[in-house]
Amino acid sequence: MNTKKNSGPVKWLLIGICAAFLIVMLVLPLIYVLVTAFREGVGAFWAAVSDEYAVKAILLTIEVTVLTVIFNTFFGIFAAWLITRFQFRGKKIISTLIDLPLTVSPIIAGLIYVLTFGRQSALYPYLKAAGIQIIFAVPGIVLATIFVTFPFVSREIIPVLTAKGTDEEEAAALMGAGGFRIFREITFPHIKWSLLYGIVLCSARAMGEFGAVSVLSGHLRGKTNTMPLYIELLYQGYDFTGAFAVSAILVLMAVLILILRSVLERRGKQETLDA
Amino acid sequence: MKEKKRKKKRVIPGFGLSLGIVTAMLGLIVVIPLCTLVIFSAQLSFSEFISTVTRPRVLSSYAVSFRTAFVAAVIDAVMGTILAWVLVRYEFPGKEIMNGIIELPFALPTAVAGISLTHLTTTNGWVGSFFDRWFGIKIAYTTTGITVALVFIGIPFVVRSVQPVLESLDPQFEEAANILGANGRQTLWHVILPEIFPSLIAGFTTSFARGLGEYGSVVFIAGNTPYKTEIAPLMIMSELQEYDYASATSIALVMLMAAFAILFINAVVQSRASRIVSGIA
Repeated sequence: MNTKKNSGPVKWLLIGICAAFLIVMLVLPLIYVLVTAFREGVGAFWAAVSDEYAVKAILLTIEVTVLTVIFNTFFGIFAAWLITRFQFRGKKIISTLIDLPLTVSPIIAGLIYVLTFGRQSALYPYLKAAGIQIIFAVPGIVLATIFVTFPFVSREIIPVLTAKGTDEEEAAALMGAGGFRIFREITFPHIKWSLLYGIVLCSARAMGEFGAVSVLSGHLRGKTNTMPLYIELLYQGYDFTGAFAVSAILVLMAVLILILRSVLERRGKQETLDA
Repeated sequence: MKEKKRKKKRVIPGFGLSLGIVTAMLGLIVVIPLCTLVIFSAQLSFSEFISTVTRPRVLSSYAVSFRTAFVAAVIDAVMGTILAWVLVRYEFPGKEIMNGIIELPFALPTAVAGISLTHLTTTNGWVGSFFDRWFGIKIAYTTTGITVALVFIGIPFVVRSVQPVLESLDPQFEEAANILGANGRQTLWHVILPEIFPSLIAGFTTSFARGLGEYGSVVFIAGNTPYKTEIAPLMIMSELQEYDYASATSIALVMLMAAFAILFINAVVQSRASRIVSGIA
């Protein structure tokens, strides 16, 4: 009885607090970016985003994101398969190591690659002889982005596969199906949505990574500037319309990702209910 | 039983291949680079390390980072729990949208969040002017601003950690408590909070650890005044820009240990909590 009596006003008070918090903290920054981007009209917005360097930054961001997502999806599937389908010694260590990048500051992530491949590294003479430049170049940016998004795909698949158990795969294997066939026909249909969700999360973080990339990029305009770094450059040059115009593209991508996310989540839930 | 059986004979193919691929990629991307950090710092003398990490400017950057990340994590813990509660227990129009928006900080690049929050909270920004005029509080370019950015970054961690636990919590317990004569507050403190406590700590520590290392959203709003609003990741960054790898590594090592210590505390809380729940004290 007590809760019933309290729940009316308390319910709406709590909902109000949450709504106010979310609007001020999360929605307002989004709206502000869009408003500022179009403050000087669509023409100024278009001029800012079609600037030669802006286009190059957008293309580089797409390149880095695609490479990162391919790498981490490949890794994520194998890692999830390994961790959920087999019992072996050292499993705990491997799963801890996979999650480790989440707790490492992006700046430190950048730093460790500078130390590994930079001038003071033991590898540096060999890399130089081979003509490979990693830090302050695109490969470094890709490596750092892979590092910060490393566990994103595997973390989404592992819980689903753990909940599913291994019975179906074992049965298929006993009946003579090969590894790839088992994966394609039995495992993949279960993890389809969570895999897609992991890919979406991974690309969101990859296109927006700032700290780690900032350490490794060398900030060469038109060469190693990704969108977030280009935004910083414009912002520090007091070109606020330009900075927010390029940001607006990323905001639209973020909104798209959120919509995709909820669609994927609903599809995934529906299929578990149907099954 | 089942586990033992599987250990004896692996039915599912692909063990060797996946183990090989996973360890190779882990080694290349995570283990070798992290080891380089340790190897590099081993070359520094201990006194050099200590004198670097105890420089007054570095010490004050640790203090700023810890204080702001801690306060932000506390705010996230409180607001995150309320949000999770509202999303699990109440039905209201716009609930789906509210649930979707929570993950915005995961989807929005931190640099974009940073510049937008900064412009909103300066003394002539939409939000900042309000706080400045009515409360005399300045947000952007102060530690309050850093905290605001970190609250933004950390909020989804707490909500997504507490929400599933609340969902699985049977309302019957609360009803039972009510029938036995507990009032709302007693039910909250003695029935609900103990159940969600481990997940709350998990969310709190994740957002705390993330806040300690956060760079993108903070550099813009912090103003980066030495001794006042300089965060530890920024110190690492500025040492790197001067090619002082030894100092950068020393500061990074301290931050890394702090992050691991926070995770360790979380692990202890989690294992203790599961012992309490399972009844094997």
